[in-house]
Amino acid sequence: MILTVAWRNIWRNKRRTLITVASIFFALFFGLLIRSLQIGTFGKIANDAVSSYVGHIQIHQKGYWEEKIINNVFERNNEIETKILQHESVKSIVPRIESFALASAGVRTKGCMIMGIDPDRENNMSSIASKITEGQYLKQDDIGAIIGDKLASFLDLKIGDTLVMIGQGYHAVSAAGLYPIRGIVHFPSPELNGRAVYLTLPMAQDFYSLDNQLTSMSILLNDNDDIAEVKKYIGEITGDKEYEIMDWRELLVELQQLIESKQVSSNFMVGLLYMIVGFGVFGTIVMMTAERWREFGLLAAVGMKKIRLILTVFIETIFLGFLGLLAGFAVSLPIMIYFYKNPIILVGEMAATYEEMGFEGVMVASVDLPFMINQIIVVAVLVLIAVCYPVFKLIKLKPAQAMKA
Amino acid sequence: MKIIEVTNLHKIYNSSEVKVHAVRGIDLSFEQGEFTAVVGPSGSGKTTFLNMMGGLDNPTEGKIFIDGINIGELKSSKLTDFRMKNIGFVFQAYNLIPVLTAKENVEFIMHLQGRSKNERNERAISLLEQVGLGDRINSRPNKLSGGQQQRVAVARALASKPKFILADEPTANLDSDSTANLLDIMENLNREENITFIFSTHDARVVKKARRVVTIEDGKVVSDLTK
Ligand SMILES: Nc1ncnc2c1ncn2[C@@H]1O[C@H](COP(=O)(O)OP(=O)(O)O)[C@@H](O)[C@H]1O
Ligand SMILES: [Mg+2]
Repeated sequence: MILTVAWRNIWRNKRRTLITVASIFFALFFGLLIRSLQIGTFGKIANDAVSSYVGHIQIHQKGYWEEKIINNVFERNNEIETKILQHESVKSIVPRIESFALASAGVRTKGCMIMGIDPDRENNMSSIASKITEGQYLKQDDIGAIIGDKLASFLDLKIGDTLVMIGQGYHAVSAAGLYPIRGIVHFPSPELNGRAVYLTLPMAQDFYSLDNQLTSMSILLNDNDDIAEVKKYIGEITGDKEYEIMDWRELLVELQQLIESKQVSSNFMVGLLYMIVGFGVFGTIVMMTAERWREFGLLAAVGMKKIRLILTVFIETIFLGFLGLLAGFAVSLPIMIYFYKNPIILVGEMAATYEEMGFEGVMVASVDLPFMINQIIVVAVLVLIAVCYPVFKLIKLKPAQAMKA
Repeated sequence: MKIIEVTNLHKIYNSSEVKVHAVRGIDLSFEQGEFTAVVGPSGSGKTTFLNMMGGLDNPTEGKIFIDGINIGELKSSKLTDFRMKNIGFVFQAYNLIPVLTAKENVEFIMHLQGRSKNERNERAISLLEQVGLGDRINSRPNKLSGGQQQRVAVARALASKPKFILADEPTANLDSDSTANLLDIMENLNREENITFIFSTHDARVVKKARRVVTIEDGKVVSDLTK
């Protein structure tokens, strides 16, 4: 019978019911969408960085990450490489030399980043070949270079022209080299466009007066979840070597921080949304309590215990909350799934902002369960807080006074 | 048999800025089977007095015994239970739960008492027939006239088989026909089933029907006449 009363009360004031349910609906709906896009997009950024460049795990000479100088290199070791590749979770290993030099052509000079790469393996990971806008990608034994398009136009270099590189090599040996331009490449990131110079590994080693040494080996796994296991495995087989083995979470600390700072503003938005909705729901519940105060007085007078009275109000409100949550979830889920499968390609200013930070201008939804459950819990807690009002009022209910009101 | 005994009852309202001494020392007792009117002008303290007797409000001073039990000593939830089992209430207005039908309103209190569905159903229908509403059992309060609503309230008050019924100005919002009708019903219940009624009023026509008339002025009993 309490359920009957609760149920009919829900339909008694349809407008209030609608406002309450709609507030909860919109809170969850927008909360979920905002979070989903945020987590999905930032997740994609990290994921892209990992799968197209950073790798899940990197191996360096101990101290390299702290001080990225050409002296902190390590001897390439085929035996170790083979053993790592034998692990079933390991997809590929990409050896690199990354360091700085001056690039010049004619009268112009610019600081640039030399990337000594294994052309095939690098391309498997980052598909640079597909980003070539002029000329060709590097062959395995190429003696030429490919450079970012902004650097090319700054130095006024065309395919076939010669790039002059000068710098400091291993143990301060002076480094210099001439490289014909094979191709010009366009990256989404302006930073890379203005500074990247790709050489083959032997050419880069030669430039820096290195033997068979590397600054890093980037290891790509089949599954993100295997990082810990593979790290341990590598640790075991390289035991006596002076390596540092870092996973992408350690390598991308700065990206992580950038993402977190971006999240602050959207957290604020979601927080504001929840506050508005919280007050809305609270308002309707306060209204409901006031409208039915006399009725509560009557019920208490004729012998309904407060605990049952509280239960009735509780059931009603929780039901409305549940309805709102269910609707919010049911409506936003297909939208999230849609934008998970069909990312939004950003245009104009938004796209430019993303690209300046070196990210692809794409927003994608996440359909991870944990954050959804989180949002649902937050909104449910808001409803529970709102229910506290009638509960506390009812605890203090005095039937004689309530009926006079 | 004495069912209610009130001694040295006082009520002082402190809530507003001015203290109101609404009941100033009432000593009274009521017997099983009475049909009693508590009369007095508006503001004389009738409602306050009835509320205290019904356990809806605490006296500032004095004691109320119902069937020998000092209700002032009952804790809030015990008192609520006590009301449910022993006292039937009819208020001036807003007696009914708006979302429930006449029958459900009568059943509700029996539901609180834990009566079976069958018993509730039969008793609710028979009580509504007794108050002349056998054909309106499924109507919601807003589809009933003021007089009909008060009759449902009487049926509701009877449903729990209380020791007595307190009715605070039950006819105040009714026209004279409905007033007469409600009083006839109450009188019949009193005469035929020995149901105890204590009702307040300031309507002379209602007073006429009472067998005992307690007059209150300024929170004090000024006369107590039994016909
Ligand atoms: N909750 C309250 N707070 C303050 N004063 C009250 C309250 N209830 C009643 N009163 C005052 O107590 C007196 C008696 O009121 P009441 O018992 O309602 O009289 P009656 O029912 O005879 O009209 C009146 O002066 C009234 O204003
Ligand atoms: Mg009154």
